[in-house]
Amino acid sequence: MMLANRWWGRKKTELPAKESSSKWSGIDLRAYTMVLALLVIWAVFVFFTDGKFISARNISMLTRQMAITSILAVGMVLVIVAGHIDLSVGSVAGFTGAVAAVLQVWYHWGTMPTILATLAVGVLIGGWQAFWVAYRGVPSFIVTLSSMLVFRGGILLITKGVTVSPLTPSFKFLGEGYVSPLGSWVLATLASSIFIGFVIQARRSRTKYGLPASSLIFDIMRVGIIVTLTGVFTFTISSYEGLPIPVLLLIIITVVFTFIANNTKFGRHVYAIGGNKEAAVYSGVNLKKVNSIIFILMGALAAVAGILLTARLNAATTNAGNMFELDAIAAAILGGTSTLGGVGTIPGALLGGLIMASIDNGMSLINIDYSIQTIVKGLILVLAVAIDIASKKKN
Amino acid sequence: MSSDTEQGGFALCRHPLEREWVTMSDDILEMRNITKEFPGVRVLDGVSFCLKRGEIHALCGENGAGKSTLIKILSGIYPYGSYDGEIVLEGEVQKFRNIKESEHSGISTIYQELTLVKYMTIGENIFLGNEPLKNKFIDWNHVYSETKKALTELGLDLNPMTKVMNLGIGHQQLVEIAKARTKNTRILILDEPTAALTGGESDHLLRILDQLRKNGVTCIYISHKLNEVFKIADTITVLRDGKAVCSEPASQLTESKVISLMVGRELSQRFPKVEHFPGAKVLEVRHMTLEDPELPGKKKVDDVSFSLRQGEILGIAGLMGAGRTELAQSIFGVYAGNRSGEVYLNGEKVNIKNPRDGIEKGIVYLSEDRKRFGLVLGMSIKENIVLPNLEKITKWGIINNSKKNKEPLKYVDNLKIKTPSQEQLVGNLSGGNQQKVVIAKWLMANPKVLILDEPTRGIDVGAKYDIYLLMNQLVEQGISIIMISSELPEILGMCDRILVLNDGKLTGDFINKGIDQEMIMRKATGGLQ
Repeated sequence: MMLANRWWGRKKTELPAKESSSKWSGIDLRAYTMVLALLVIWAVFVFFTDGKFISARNISMLTRQMAITSILAVGMVLVIVAGHIDLSVGSVAGFTGAVAAVLQVWYHWGTMPTILATLAVGVLIGGWQAFWVAYRGVPSFIVTLSSMLVFRGGILLITKGVTVSPLTPSFKFLGEGYVSPLGSWVLATLASSIFIGFVIQARRSRTKYGLPASSLIFDIMRVGIIVTLTGVFTFTISSYEGLPIPVLLLIIITVVFTFIANNTKFGRHVYAIGGNKEAAVYSGVNLKKVNSIIFILMGALAAVAGILLTARLNAATTNAGNMFELDAIAAAILGGTSTLGGVGTIPGALLGGLIMASIDNGMSLINIDYSIQTIVKGLILVLAVAIDIASKKKN
Repeated sequence: MSSDTEQGGFALCRHPLEREWVTMSDDILEMRNITKEFPGVRVLDGVSFCLKRGEIHALCGENGAGKSTLIKILSGIYPYGSYDGEIVLEGEVQKFRNIKESEHSGISTIYQELTLVKYMTIGENIFLGNEPLKNKFIDWNHVYSETKKALTELGLDLNPMTKVMNLGIGHQQLVEIAKARTKNTRILILDEPTAALTGGESDHLLRILDQLRKNGVTCIYISHKLNEVFKIADTITVLRDGKAVCSEPASQLTESKVISLMVGRELSQRFPKVEHFPGAKVLEVRHMTLEDPELPGKKKVDDVSFSLRQGEILGIAGLMGAGRTELAQSIFGVYAGNRSGEVYLNGEKVNIKNPRDGIEKGIVYLSEDRKRFGLVLGMSIKENIVLPNLEKITKWGIINNSKKNKEPLKYVDNLKIKTPSQEQLVGNLSGGNQQKVVIAKWLMANPKVLILDEPTRGIDVGAKYDIYLLMNQLVEQGISIIMISSELPEILGMCDRILVLNDGKLTGDFINKGIDQEMIMRKATGGLQ
């Protein structure tokens, strides 16, 4: 959460920066609409659960719940921005999670080797998809639809259809552990200072090259809001057990991938391919290479999600990760990633992930039937895409 | 900077078309005073055009003279209200809102790019969207018997159940004509019908058009190939810079007369021509032959050899489809079809397989379609400029953000790109400024050879002049430029040497001294000497 907010202001807006709105440059209307939607959703659930929804314990659970699908959503942003789709992430997360469980439970591997081997499996799976998409020109929709089946079957194959459990305590810690409240405060303070440092540095650099910097008041407000939110969040989770490890991992992954997306050649090429594939090729972008890296990274992230999933459940089950692709895709799109490619931010996907997880968690709290939950989530997906397309048309 | 440039250029009008506005019984169609404007450009300027019943009427003109626009208005692609003037068909004013309405009135257009569905049979294609029904189901017997009749009328002995993908391009074109015939077409419009055909196929098509004329079909025939025009047309209308400059019976015209009408324009545009002092050969292309990726056997470029010297501007002239763009693409490594031939850079043979190789070797290509191949419209100016040059501002895999802010700024300033900030999205810029962004990104790549394909297409006069100045500046710095252009004044005004392509072949190689537009146009139309 705390770092999630810091990049919103830097998202490239779709709308032409009109002169009149220049003092608000840096504000992304769409992101703020989503924040508003999130607040409305929260208000509704707080009302119907008599406040139980925002209890420290539930917030801790909610964020832990969101971590796994949001890690998938981070990779999904790159996939969708480049104009692809990945329907297999749920199955791949389930499969890699099963690999981890089998290695631990049946082959008694240590936690570290298990993690490394599982990540390697994720990378290999990503490489497999990359081969078909980038080098054989098979549409990603088909390749990943195939993988969705292949690895769902793979789970059954390697677990022999049974639940594999229990895992070692050190492995379980990844899914169930916490950073102590004190540690959480240290991390929050550190993150806030780094964030403030970044804002100051960015202002300096922009002023130096005569680029329009957002107004000082706006920046101070932004810093104030984010530091406050970080504080409130840290206070809340500290009054329970502390920062859940999966949430910590999610924050790290978000920061790293946001950096990759914005500050590496690969990242910029992803956006160029999604924005105009032909112009990207004419500018010397290596389509095959970039598309391959995207799917390999997605495979690695799916493996991370798989590890966390197995660790949290303390078991590998045959339907683990089922329908995670829907959550990941919906999170990315709710967070402003355009299905038409070229546009999307990773922190935005985190916001989308939080919305999806809140809906999940809230509906469970007020005992809405699972069937209705599924229907609601399905409808949200189509609604999110419809809004995206409508906003494109307006422009 | 000259502001009177272009406009002054086509004030001259040697053969104003004067007609009395009385609908004559033998006139099937009149287009009166058609004016069409796009933002900033007037593509048609009071064009009047009269079509006699049962004639083949040729429309001639340079690229961009307004032929296609006129046809798009007539066929309803540009709907009523988006242009000024009147369309009078059989004495009645028409207000076509879309293609359907114009087709309904009996006007059918056959475009250069065929619109058949490859995987359907001839019969299915001919009745597509117009399927005859019997008891609410398609009456296939009717479809195929009618198709057979239509094919026979065109002298084609084809099975109507053949899939279109199995036909040659010439036959496909005839299927399009058959399709038009079944729709009760009164006026058939053919847009460059022979561009993709071989000599034999073209002759066949012309014979069939002659046959249709005998059957009473009226035809508008657009072509660059003047020899064909004179073989088939009864009347010729020449468009120039959006005006009809001549409309006369073909018997009263000659090829050279038509050529001079097509280009007849004073070199009144101001070009900042300066004398260059070319050095050693930088680029040499030997025996370049390119096959059409879609039509095996057809050559887009046929055994073209030329060289480019350091610090010169080499112009490549030619009409649409002559193979100019393909030639440039093959040098830059983006040509899609088979190619044979060699490229030498500074005397060394280079094998450029993709733009990465080209950029690395110092050959860059500014495409004629900047929105499609040149720019990512949803990205900022800055991002577009650094896109091919990220390597230069990256250290240990991480982009140096202060360099990313600093480097593009130089080009924004130098090229006078008009924008509040380099973070403006490229999609929000005017055409001229967009083009400057493409040039900026290629300059940052530090090229030795800069290939400009229609660099001033669709941009305003001021930006054009900036680009000319820039070209001279770059040449002074030792960069060599190849400029492909359809605007002959521009080619004559800027280039040191001029190549002319016609139908894939190199037909002219001039030093730009004492030559004029007619000489180039003659080579470009493959016409008489």
